[in-house]
Amino acid sequence: MARAALPGRLTWQFARVVETIAETPTAKTLVLEVPEWPGHDAGQHVDIRLTAPDGYQAQRSYSIASAPEHSHLELTIETIDDGEVSPYLTEELRVDDELELRGPIGGYFVWREELGGPLQLVAGGSGIVPLRSMLAHRAAVSSEIPTRLLYSARTLEDVIYRDELARAGEGVTLDLALTRAWPPDWAGLTGRVDQDTIARVTFAAGERPWVYVCGPTGFVEHVSASMVAAGHPADRIKTERFGPSGTGGS
Amino acid sequence: MSDPVDGNALAGDLRASLHAEMTAATGRCGHCGALSLVGELVVYLDAPSPVARCRHCGSVVFVVHRFREPPQIVWSGFAVGEPPAA
Amino acid sequence: MSPISRGFTGRRRDAPDPSRIPPGQYLTRDFPVLSAGPTPRVDLSTWTFTIDGEVDEAVSWSWEQFLDLPAEEVTRDIHCVTKWSKLDTRWTGVSVDRLLGSVRSEAEYLTAWSDGGYTTNLSREDVADGRAWIVYRFDGEQLAPEHGGPARLLVPHLYFWKSAKWVRGLRLTADDEPGFWEGYGYHNHGDPWLEQRYQGD
Repeated sequence: MARAALPGRLTWQFARVVETIAETPTAKTLVLEVPEWPGHDAGQHVDIRLTAPDGYQAQRSYSIASAPEHSHLELTIETIDDGEVSPYLTEELRVDDELELRGPIGGYFVWREELGGPLQLVAGGSGIVPLRSMLAHRAAVSSEIPTRLLYSARTLEDVIYRDELARAGEGVTLDLALTRAWPPDWAGLTGRVDQDTIARVTFAAGERPWVYVCGPTGFVEHVSASMVAAGHPADRIKTERFGPSGTGGS
Repeated sequence: MSDPVDGNALAGDLRASLHAEMTAATGRCGHCGALSLVGELVVYLDAPSPVARCRHCGSVVFVVHRFREPPQIVWSGFAVGEPPAA
Repeated sequence: MSPISRGFTGRRRDAPDPSRIPPGQYLTRDFPVLSAGPTPRVDLSTWTFTIDGEVDEAVSWSWEQFLDLPAEEVTRDIHCVTKWSKLDTRWTGVSVDRLLGSVRSEAEYLTAWSDGGYTTNLSREDVADGRAWIVYRFDGEQLAPEHGGPARLLVPHLYFWKSAKWVRGLRLTADDEPGFWEGYGYHNHGDPWLEQRYQGD
């Protein structure tokens, strides 16, 4: 237990790219071999640091996509158009390249099977990445914890891990909400995730689920406020907000 | 224009600097007195140095100098309690 | 020392005239937005620009009065401490010489203060003789909120954190009092040609 949460020195180390997988037109999974990897918990992330020939450096955080039980570390990166780091990772980086990273990081937005459930996951866009680690962990330990995932994406094409999520297994209910466009025969949810959607497709507060919400800042604020309004205690709701960052000079 | 993120984004810097996992730690804002998790602070990454602010009153509670190695945390009104046992 | 990431250059471009790029800086063509806090919502009907502190009599302008002041158009290179430089940026605004000419003061320093609580400190010398402006137009357009609109300070010969966004006033001070970033360990002066990024540089 607590195998990854041990306090200790966090140092930069090297990962080798062993495979890259195109997930969507804009998202790619990097499969990494990290010789000194100490193990992680589902929901944690790593910091990545790039160094240019003249010493210029850029640093960003990325969620871990793989389960602690997987043999390799996986990161899924969504390309930000005017970003500085993500286009490098998705377009330039190749198999056998080395990548400087440190991790695992984070002890707040994590889920372990021992924590129990039910487990309510809510993702906006590439906010699915750490939740996929939780689902994969759940599957790897053959957990029977009742789990629901509400995943909001712009279009079907933008849904990361689509096939894998479709066969997530017994005890997992998936609801996809497409916000921008959807196929004519689409039977899933459409439009922005609102309070009504949340009431219909998430665990009721009375079931005392652990709630994990990850996505763009506006999405997370909106969903977590709706969950609190629906009666979920704030300390059962864990949130992680991301960008779109990378527009600045950091 | 980039939106703020949250304290989870600074977990690596905090750990590299303080040698402890901090995002699940609770602290008290020295400006308004509100209690909050480090992971829940409002964080502006696209700044000369990343800035963490209290989610309740908006005051700056620390900045992270990434140009130092290890990163330097400069506190300005945030009393961190014990991180919960992992 | 980190090894080089193969194929990584960052957002940099080769400068047409390298002599205009200070040491450690690279050229950018876009205009990165840096922000230490939320973009304030500004109501122009109550906006004022104020000069106070160690002065004979404080003076204040409404937005309309401010726009009536003689404006200058200036084209300058700007340099951000996060290492980007942008050449030939075009601004319209009122020179700080003109504004400080409205008060009498022996003070040698000043603090620019902004909506949202940001501050930065400058010497009188650094804002004198046509080296600083309060600008409200960029590239022929109204200055956008994310770039500091309705009005920001422009002190192009210093790192850009000195060019306070959302500026609301200049407070003259007898002593040099560190502003926001200066208080957190950034250089007190911030000359990009001397790479005065952090305290001790």
